[in-house]
Amino acid sequence: MSAVVWDLFLFFLKLSLVAVGGANAAVPSMHHEVVELRGWMTDASFSQGYALASAAPGPNVLFVAVIGWHVAGWQGMAASLIGFLGPTFVLAWAVAMLTQRLAGDARMAALRAGLVPVAVGLILATGLVTGAAAARGTGTEVAVAVVITFASAIFVWRSRFSPIWTLLAGGLLGLVLLGQ
Amino acid sequence: MLKPTAPTPDHAGEPPLNPPPGPSQLFAAFAKAGLMGFGGAQVWVRRALVEERRWMTERDYAEVLGLGQVLPGPNVGNAAVMIGRRFAGLPGSFAATGGLYLFPLVVLMALVLLWQEFADDPHVAAFMHGLACAAAGMVIGNGLRMTGRLRPPPELIAIGLASTLAAAWLRVPLPLIVLVLGPVSVAAVVWRGRRGARA
Repeated sequence: MSAVVWDLFLFFLKLSLVAVGGANAAVPSMHHEVVELRGWMTDASFSQGYALASAAPGPNVLFVAVIGWHVAGWQGMAASLIGFLGPTFVLAWAVAMLTQRLAGDARMAALRAGLVPVAVGLILATGLVTGAAAARGTGTEVAVAVVITFASAIFVWRSRFSPIWTLLAGGLLGLVLLGQ
Repeated sequence: MLKPTAPTPDHAGEPPLNPPPGPSQLFAAFAKAGLMGFGGAQVWVRRALVEERRWMTERDYAEVLGLGQVLPGPNVGNAAVMIGRRFAGLPGSFAATGGLYLFPLVVLMALVLLWQEFADDPHVAAFMHGLACAAAGMVIGNGLRMTGRLRPPPELIAIGLASTLAAAWLRVPLPLIVLVLGPVSVAAVVWRGRRGARA
């Protein structure tokens, strides 16, 4: 294993346990280290990788795999993923063990119930922030973007149909109305 | 000390639960959620586990996700580890985590390798732009749907809105929001429980 693969592993290992809020919250730290301090990636390829990881299906945390692959190929990809996900896996496992052991405990029940509004509130915030970021372009395009976001929110909220339909419709509307 | 906070059963208004899944069923459910998971795999994991396969109640899932949110790392990844453990131990955690990441990783690496071919195609860019808008709406709609089904009391709605505003509008760092509003919210739950117990 080369030195740079080891470096990648250690960097993501250290970042892992401070990344409350997932990969999105850690992106500024990644940019600082990967682009500014170490020069592993250019600013442009970093941004493009992030855009790809956000557009692709699945958790955005897979962006760390793109970084690892850029820096050191398949080995780098494996090193960054294991470094970033390993510690969180162990911690989540330990917390799950604790919560199952304390299943009948009223304090644990209050803690679990109390975190729900914060978590749901933060989910809504994620949707609003990404929706605002997607509302770009000319005046008409911004209007189209906002209508797609709004209609999709109502559809997913009120209907039992799979959200795949609203994603597909959004993409097709984009193709027709946002493609200038 | 505390009485249970919910006066009605957990699954009030929801169909009964199905038997707990084994590792292979977990892998299949999380693999589908990961592959479909444009703009937030969490939406698809919730849909699969709560609405389609009925392995968990809405409240139960929301609580696991809440814990996953305050732990470092992706909330849905943490939820996969915890849900997998509960239903099928360590093999369950590995199956759920593997399912969640494996196929999206393959798709993403294919995109990375092929991207130069169609990065400059305006049609692709326009489709992805529309998809991004719809995905943002999907995440918002999913949050509203969870809230509607959880039927929280007014004080918890206020705390949820405060979290949304703090994160989306004021851009308060996430750990700070959790550290400040988390304890307030737990206190509100305890207060509601005591009030319910006296009534």
